[in-house]
Amino acid sequence: MFEIIEKKFLNPTVVKMTVNAPLVAKKIKPGQFIILVAHEKGERVPFTVADFDREKGHVTVIYQIVGATTMLLSEMNEGDCLSDFAGPLGNPTKLEGVKRAVVIGGGLGCAIAYPQAKALSNNGCEVDIIAGFKNRDLVILEEEMKAVSNNLYITTDDGSYGEKGLVTDKLRLLASKKKYDLVIAIGPVIMMKFCEMAAREFDLPIIVSLNPMMIDGTGMCGGCRVRVGGEVKFACVDGPDFDGHLVDFDSLMKRNRSYAEEEQKGVAKHKCRIGRTEP
Amino acid sequence: MANMQQNKTPMPLLSIEKRCTTFEEVALGYSAEDAVNEAKRCLNCKNSPCKTGCPVGIDIPEFISQVAEGNFEEAYNVILKSNCLSAISGRVCPQERQCEKHCVRGIKGESVGIGRLERFVSDYMRAKKKVFPRNDKTGKRVAVVGSGPAGLTCAGELLAEGYNVTLFEAFHKAGGVLIYGIPEFRLPKKIVEETVNSLKERGLNLVTNVVIGKTLTIDDLFEEGYEAVFIGSGAGLPMFMNIPGEDLIGVLSANEYLTRNNLMKAYLDDYDTPAVKGKKIAVVGAGNVAMDAARSAVRLGAEEVSIIYRRGEDEIPARAEEVEHAKEEGVIFRLLTSPEEIIGDESSRVKAIKCYRTELGEPDASGRRSPVKIEGSQFEIEVDTVIMALGTSPNPLIKNTTPGLDSDKRGRIVTSDGITTTREGVFAGGDAVTGAATVILAMGAGKEGARKIKEYLEKK
Repeated sequence: MFEIIEKKFLNPTVVKMTVNAPLVAKKIKPGQFIILVAHEKGERVPFTVADFDREKGHVTVIYQIVGATTMLLSEMNEGDCLSDFAGPLGNPTKLEGVKRAVVIGGGLGCAIAYPQAKALSNNGCEVDIIAGFKNRDLVILEEEMKAVSNNLYITTDDGSYGEKGLVTDKLRLLASKKKYDLVIAIGPVIMMKFCEMAAREFDLPIIVSLNPMMIDGTGMCGGCRVRVGGEVKFACVDGPDFDGHLVDFDSLMKRNRSYAEEEQKGVAKHKCRIGRTEP
Repeated sequence: MANMQQNKTPMPLLSIEKRCTTFEEVALGYSAEDAVNEAKRCLNCKNSPCKTGCPVGIDIPEFISQVAEGNFEEAYNVILKSNCLSAISGRVCPQERQCEKHCVRGIKGESVGIGRLERFVSDYMRAKKKVFPRNDKTGKRVAVVGSGPAGLTCAGELLAEGYNVTLFEAFHKAGGVLIYGIPEFRLPKKIVEETVNSLKERGLNLVTNVVIGKTLTIDDLFEEGYEAVFIGSGAGLPMFMNIPGEDLIGVLSANEYLTRNNLMKAYLDDYDTPAVKGKKIAVVGAGNVAMDAARSAVRLGAEEVSIIYRRGEDEIPARAEEVEHAKEEGVIFRLLTSPEEIIGDESSRVKAIKCYRTELGEPDASGRRSPVKIEGSQFEIEVDTVIMALGTSPNPLIKNTTPGLDSDKRGRIVTSDGITTTREGVFAGGDAVTGAATVILAMGAGKEGARKIKEYLEKK
């Protein structure tokens, strides 16, 4: 069993959760993910790592409440235990030798972009972060991102905080003034797709982190397959980072919708249990 | 005088109507009377050809003659000498291609039902719950990676030899393919759990949620004081056809389809993992995994389930009994048919699969006659779900993180004798070495792995 050490709402639908998992904490690196199961009859859900503390044996994930499992997780509290927690899975982001990087996080993607920026910054790399959100209420990790970057640029769709506009506008502006040697973009697939297009205009390499549906996360179910450079790749063992210039974002967006219907049914099933006094 | 009845004593089966609505086991098992009757069909041949067909070398005539005498416990002890997972192999072995293939009674009529008898004897003893003594006389620690048939067998044999065994499993539940792959109706999960529990009672240290190659590497295991390692990590990534339309919603691997149902129990309402419930389902391939997927689809309420296979009836690789049961349950066999494209609707969901007809040509590298496309024979089958059951390639996690452990270009671990790897103290067996094969071959490799480890540690 894996105890929840800390749980905190970062905004009304985004939760930060730190779990005691010493074996995972010992090995995990930015870019890798874990699979957790909340309870005995729960599903296996992948989360890319948001932070870790090797000495304390703690691993932090940040999730948005979207389906039955994340809803259930958000109702668990410090001291409660997750039934399973396995990892690290996938490959760490290749950050060695990068001198000047721009890291882009879109919404919840900031949770995954943050440890990468932190690792780059610890390596002595100059890091600019562009963090995009829908509006002021949804901003997360501002202080943390500020602490690990040379410049933090926050954009919001409605201009209620930071600059009004899209992360791609900011990326184009920065790239036209500064020479970066790497772009990292993590967020909704559509955002990563447009970041890739912008990076291509400036001939910059770009790494994207994909989070497709998966069951086992260890290279068995094939649910996380993505088309990269015309070949079938598996996000769990070949990724989750890929060369953004090679990813077929359109087919990924289609596949991500596969279980949307079932997920909503799951939410409905879960909701109707709340407040019921009889089984 | 032997019982000269021409055919096997029939296996009692769950009714076909009931099968389409439940995941309960289909073959119900022999009664003691059935078992004795069937055992008496054995001629107890002097040269016992059946034994040559058994990958784990069970003394088949000896256990059967004990059954014929009604000494079921004795019969079990004979099996146990060679196989500690007989309740499982009795259910899932392709006996018609192994022991039963060589049975003299099969020349005129049907062979003796060796698998059915093995299952009967094991189930008889399961009910008795025999407790085995603990034995850790050697004091040496061995790590076994993967709790599928190879790992469980290897662990069982090593425990019997007095080793201190830790079994590492990546998933949250032990059993490997026996838990995630083979459905309940063919192998009840209770039997796998009992097997794992009996190993624990004998001193097995089971560690779930640890992915060797990631959470811990093989080097970490040696550093922690394990003196030998057996890798039984099984097969991994599912293969796809590389035809247009495989990215559509409604196309999935048999591994995913089966894992949702078996490991995650998606077919039960109180589990959170969603089930994939198509109405018209095509399963591509005709191995055991394909049969398992097709028969699961029937039980999940599909209206039409077809197997699409590019060769003919004689080439079907699945166990004969599974093919027979699939047909009884209404699965349509579209043989000499090969998919060319999967067609989607405007919202990218599967709506049809386009296939062509084939005819059989010359034998290929596998020794089977290879399918040749008949030009202009294309046709479409209306489906909403396509399940690819084309086999798997080995999991790359361990080979990528273990220096000195060689693998071939298909990713299989290289061994000098089927078991001994290129890294000292590391042994491997099962699908990780052979590529996708059967449960019993993996059990055989697990057993051989234990023998090699014993030999290695005694010399060390």
